Amino acid sequence: MRIAVASGKGGTGKTTVAVNLAWVAAQEGRRVQLLDCDVEEPDAALFLQPAVRDTLDVEVLIPSVDEEVCTHCGVCADVCAFRAIVTLPKAVLVFPELCHACGACALLCPRQAITEVPRRTGELRLGASGGLHVVTGVLDVGEAKAPPVIRAAKQHADEEADLVVIDAPPGTSCPVIESMRGVDLVVLVSEPTPFGLNDLRLAVEMVRALDLPLAVIANRSDVGGERLRDYCREEGIDIVLELPLDRRLAEVYAGAGIVAEQLPEYRKLFHGLLNRLEAQVTGGVA
Amino acid sequence: MNELVVISGKGGTGKTSVVAALARLAGNSTLADCDVDAADLHLVLAPRLGEAQEFSGRSEAVIDADRCIGCGLCVEHCRFDALALDPPRVDPIACEGCGLCARICPVEALSMERVVNGRWWLSETDWGPFVHARLGIAEDNSGKLVTLVRHEARRVAQERSLGMILVDGAPGIGCPVIASLSGATMVLIVTEPTVAGRHDLGRVLDLVRHFRLPLAVCINKYDLSLEQTRAIEAQAEAAGALFVASVRYDPAVIGAMVEGKSVVDVTREGAAADLVELWKQVEGALGEVGCEVHNEEASSDRGE
Repeated sequence: MRIAVASGKGGTGKTTVAVNLAWVAAQEGRRVQLLDCDVEEPDAALFLQPAVRDTLDVEVLIPSVDEEVCTHCGVCADVCAFRAIVTLPKAVLVFPELCHACGACALLCPRQAITEVPRRTGELRLGASGGLHVVTGVLDVGEAKAPPVIRAAKQHADEEADLVVIDAPPGTSCPVIESMRGVDLVVLVSEPTPFGLNDLRLAVEMVRALDLPLAVIANRSDVGGERLRDYCREEGIDIVLELPLDRRLAEVYAGAGIVAEQLPEYRKLFHGLLNRLEAQVTGGVA
Repeated sequence: MNELVVISGKGGTGKTSVVAALARLAGNSTLADCDVDAADLHLVLAPRLGEAQEFSGRSEAVIDADRCIGCGLCVEHCRFDALALDPPRVDPIACEGCGLCARICPVEALSMERVVNGRWWLSETDWGPFVHARLGIAEDNSGKLVTLVRHEARRVAQERSLGMILVDGAPGIGCPVIASLSGATMVLIVTEPTVAGRHDLGRVLDLVRHFRLPLAVCINKYDLSLEQTRAIEAQAEAAGALFVASVRYDPAVIGAMVEGKSVVDVTREGAAADLVELWKQVEGALGEVGCEVHNEEASSDRGE
């Protein structure tokens, strides 16, 4: 079972849910993996403290021009939809950060003067915390494009696992989509504030555009009134867990602790969540 | 003209609530929401909406099934798994608009069409003009839309001779953030006193240093963990950032937000008092670093 934990708005408790869900499942002796795909701000490892056994570079391809062969004809610049390559009378300039690695310049260069060479944009950290396997995708600071790092992290998804939890980035654009591809269920973590609800609406639209099953978790559910519950009822979306505004929870979080480990009543809540999500996924498939 | 860009690295630190308060305290400035992916600033500015303008940041492959001979060349060369045969089709969410397929199709069955993938508005608020946008769902190229929002904000500020642009940036450190930083007079980072907040602050500090921009750091809800707050203060100072007034945890902030207001609309005590002090310090710092800017505008607006 693959579950993506996402949220339109940042800071709603997405990482808390992903970490605790994975933790309680691992405690039950299941084979569990957490993929941290929030590669701009990967925080799950701060909580789980996995022992890292391997670090792998994430690379993307960028064009490299052989100036000996190049005639500065301008075809490469003409075919590049991203303006990542520019031809001057006596030189060709490549702007790696704009390149999407589509390969058009290399394929269409009439002199075959362009080859594609790898360029590092981030890394994957593979590790484990007890029986819980953790893959952390980390985008290098200064790099603009998260999706290749996310794609690389997802390629390490454990096919044999009972549960793969994906901590997705916030928002509704390309990095989030990349994280959600191929999951069995998307869990959106929101809060009943105007910001929370506004961003949840956008996130729901996104998940529906991808045609994926979804559920909502209401965090700090006792703040801001009924608007979140009303919205979910109107849209026919299950709220699978409500977490209260609880200073103890905030304190455990502040110190990067695992709530289910430190507070027994939350362990119970996350167990309940796990069972409910499993039922939803199995029910959805059948 | 001074341009203050507020970012956070980590989401949910209160960046937008801080911007909403600064907008009121600054008075007549140009406001811009560059968090185009999950724009929220409009919820607390009560804007009188201007006309929606369309944004087109990319093209998309369109296939003519009648012409397609099923040779599979496009499928073979598409790096984004956006094409498939039987029947011939394009996955519009996967397509990045590179146009390679249209160039190599031997029977011209593929063409590229511009897509509208966002909208933007120039609206009016009680505290000045407001440029905001919404990226289409599941869309790429938020960096381009961010760049457009900032260009429009500058244009409006110039037209109306407003000396200050206040920008609500995006979370994270990737393309929309990079696009919102270029040419800023000063960057204000709003963080929170948690281990995760500190970790993410480290990454965003590195990013801003990469751009060599003057920088200030503010801790929101600082009293939730004085231990983390002290660590962040040291971290900010080590990074050469100006450590400005922190804002205490105050339920009145969320209370005001639920009403579509800022806490400074309803009181001048508690967190509101901290925000007043924050603005005073930021304004002072802007006065020192301002007006020597726009050095990088031409070169760095390529952000995507």
